[in-house]
Amino acid sequence: MTIVEARGISKNYGGVRALVDVTFTAYRGKVNVLVGENGAGKSTLMKILSGAEQPTGGEIFLDGEPVTFGSPRDAQARGIGIIHQELSLFPNLSIAENMFAGRELRRGRRFVDAREQRRRARAVLGRLGQDHLDPDAIVGDLPIGQQQLVEIGRALLEEVRVLIMDEPTSALSSHEVDVLFDVMADLREQDVTVIYISHKLDEFRRIGDWVTVFRDGRLVAHESMSRTDTGWIVRRMVGRDPGSLYVRNSSKTGEILLDVRNLSVPGAVPVHDVSFTVRAGEVIGVYGLMGAGRTELVECLMGMRRGSGEVLIRDRKEPEGTVQARIAAGLALVPEDRQRDGLVQTMSVRDNILLATVARLTHGGLLSGGAEQKTASAKVAELAIKVPGLSAAVTALSGGNQQKVVLARALLTEPAVLLLDEPTRGIDVGAKAQIAALMAELAARGYGVLFISSELAEVIAMADRILVMARGRITAEFTADTVTEEALVTASASESVLEASS
Amino acid sequence: MTDTHVDASREAAAAPDPGPARNPSLAKAALLILRGRTLVVLVLLVIFFGAISSEYLTQSNLILMTKHVAINAILAIGVTFVILTGGIDLSVGSIAGLASMVAGGLLFKGWNVPGGTVFFSAAVVILIGIAVGALVGAVNGLVVTRFKVAPFIATLGMLYVARGLAQLHSNGGTYPDLSGTPSRGNTGFHVIGVDSVLGIPVAVWIMILVAAVAVVVTTKTPFGRRIFAVGGNERAAILAGIRVNRVKIAVYVISGACAALAGLLLTSELGAAYPDTATTYELNAIAAAVLGGTALSGGRGTVIGTVMGAFVIGFLSDGLVLVGVSTFWQSVVKGAVIVFAVITEQAQQRLQSSLAKRSS
Repeated sequence: MTIVEARGISKNYGGVRALVDVTFTAYRGKVNVLVGENGAGKSTLMKILSGAEQPTGGEIFLDGEPVTFGSPRDAQARGIGIIHQELSLFPNLSIAENMFAGRELRRGRRFVDAREQRRRARAVLGRLGQDHLDPDAIVGDLPIGQQQLVEIGRALLEEVRVLIMDEPTSALSSHEVDVLFDVMADLREQDVTVIYISHKLDEFRRIGDWVTVFRDGRLVAHESMSRTDTGWIVRRMVGRDPGSLYVRNSSKTGEILLDVRNLSVPGAVPVHDVSFTVRAGEVIGVYGLMGAGRTELVECLMGMRRGSGEVLIRDRKEPEGTVQARIAAGLALVPEDRQRDGLVQTMSVRDNILLATVARLTHGGLLSGGAEQKTASAKVAELAIKVPGLSAAVTALSGGNQQKVVLARALLTEPAVLLLDEPTRGIDVGAKAQIAALMAELAARGYGVLFISSELAEVIAMADRILVMARGRITAEFTADTVTEEALVTASASESVLEASS
Repeated sequence: MTDTHVDASREAAAAPDPGPARNPSLAKAALLILRGRTLVVLVLLVIFFGAISSEYLTQSNLILMTKHVAINAILAIGVTFVILTGGIDLSVGSIAGLASMVAGGLLFKGWNVPGGTVFFSAAVVILIGIAVGALVGAVNGLVVTRFKVAPFIATLGMLYVARGLAQLHSNGGTYPDLSGTPSRGNTGFHVIGVDSVLGIPVAVWIMILVAAVAVVVTTKTPFGRRIFAVGGNERAAILAGIRVNRVKIAVYVISGACAALAGLLLTSELGAAYPDTATTYELNAIAAAVLGGTALSGGRGTVIGTVMGAFVIGFLSDGLVLVGVSTFWQSVVKGAVIVFAVITEQAQQRLQSSLAKRSS
């Protein structure tokens, strides 16, 4: 029985079409799974269903009745709750305080009714099978899985008929996932409809009743889970022709430039015993899900995190492990989050490009303006960066051009191996193709290139060799000839591989 | 409604700013005035006080006021280095006081070593005083970088510690006579605070020298570039291979050394060293930097702006004194000017970014 129906929904952001004429149905009391790559449109549709965004076109029906949600509060009032991928809890407050944050129960007009809040929080925790949790426990002290349950509990405090969960398991351990799935099964018993976004094929097949596949802003398949298998879902996720958009690197490989041996990195997302090599002229893709340890791996290589193991660059061991030493040895990183880790927003385009190498452009200890100008404009021309001027604020550039500014800075350090963490995230398709061409060109010029990607199509189309990471380990390695989408997905999600190797 | 905060703010950030840039040429003119606002305010101040007081614009008064400005400007230049990295230094007044007492003690009673008392020449005493300031600054820098103490707290602590040490140095007393004796070879301390060269006080020459060096360091050296990078985005600076901790320690050392120099100038001018020298001067210094357009969040600002800010504060308070405004009102006016400066700074930033968006 249909509870939510979205008919002909479209959503445009400026010129970008995030959703194109999507008609989606969620069935009452079922777990409705949504899958698709990053940017396929699933999260956008959920934002529309939960009132956070308004559709450019189309209609939403709830129980067959047309509804419009002007705000998340509207949607909540109609019984639609959403749990986002990033938890929105206050780590410094207790479970009960978190559940009632922003809508505290009052006693009289001014005072918070802490006792009643505690009582209701306990009741909700009981409903989630978490009787042992103390409503006064501080949320920041809880493991991430229990925090997730607190977040669900907060949604359940209101009369929720439809609960949307956006990748809730990405940071959970396998035991925590089991608990979450038990909770979801219970909710289903209680006639709550679950809409569940996930990347993890092996996981959602256990819990899902229906599966809906998104690709490039369109709904491409909708089927009862029992009539599908992993291959069917992956084929629909990826589409037919992912390769045509991107230039493939075809340069000859040379000597080994980077040799990583038994590298382990401790931390919240640890990396265990990773070994691999990068040769000159090679473009290597590292594929994996969020939390697989890919960023931690490159940050450790770059000296931003401490780890154990050996790193050889151009056949020379680099034991110091500081950023300066790693840059000097021949590594350069273009980070995932340009705004946070890449750009100095207060500086001009020129100063950002020269940031790492400005000490080389001095004359008698003082900066030489002419040399600065020449060096920066040479890189701008080489990478075809579109800028209003070298002294323009770097924040005035588009995302793709900002990315190139960070890349230009990295190239000026004369690296042997370039590490690129999600180089295509958040830029449009045209800019992605440019980045792909650039990586191929750099490989042809003798650099080793290692890039991280979460997008199947992209990694398959661009990389000569693909390393798959899951839970901090390399679980599989493919060459461009041997790789298949299904094998990649299996290796990135499968825990059995992991457990066998650990 | 915490669920939606993220999306809402993203949308707000992405939305085009319909703000004040509807008429670009007008906006550009406004931006020019805003950029040079410290100078504009300074000129207006001089015109205003010159009109109501005949004494204000005399050569001797201008020189006197500039001499007053010099000490605050040197303090403020040092603090600017720290603020540019996104830090703050609240201890400069106390460092000035400590340097004053150390120098005063060396001149007045010498240094007790086993077997007698050693006296140093005035020049050496000055260098020792500056070294003490640099050392205290280094401690600030180490506390901030090694122990990850917030700069506000670290230097607030040092504000008390350094002042306490200054008082301990003389047990709270004053070193009344710093003129030295020829037989000890330690005369001449008065030169930096009292004497003039070419009709201009030595203190002003020193300020000009300090400012010139600071301008070159901040704008023309790789080290200066790194200071701005650390303040603009520390994580990006780390990834670019900048040794962020070294840069931070260096700016606190510079700030401490400038503070000590300012303290010595003040002491020389007064002819006596007492432990309360330069109390609360840190606030004047920070105010001058902020007035001059240095952003407390780091990464933005200029030494010239700071010097100009110091001139505005100094010329304003001396002008108010000259026309007979009570010290209480002076305080009110100074406070209002500082807050106003920050408001105009924000207006400039908004206008700048909206113009940049249009041109791209």
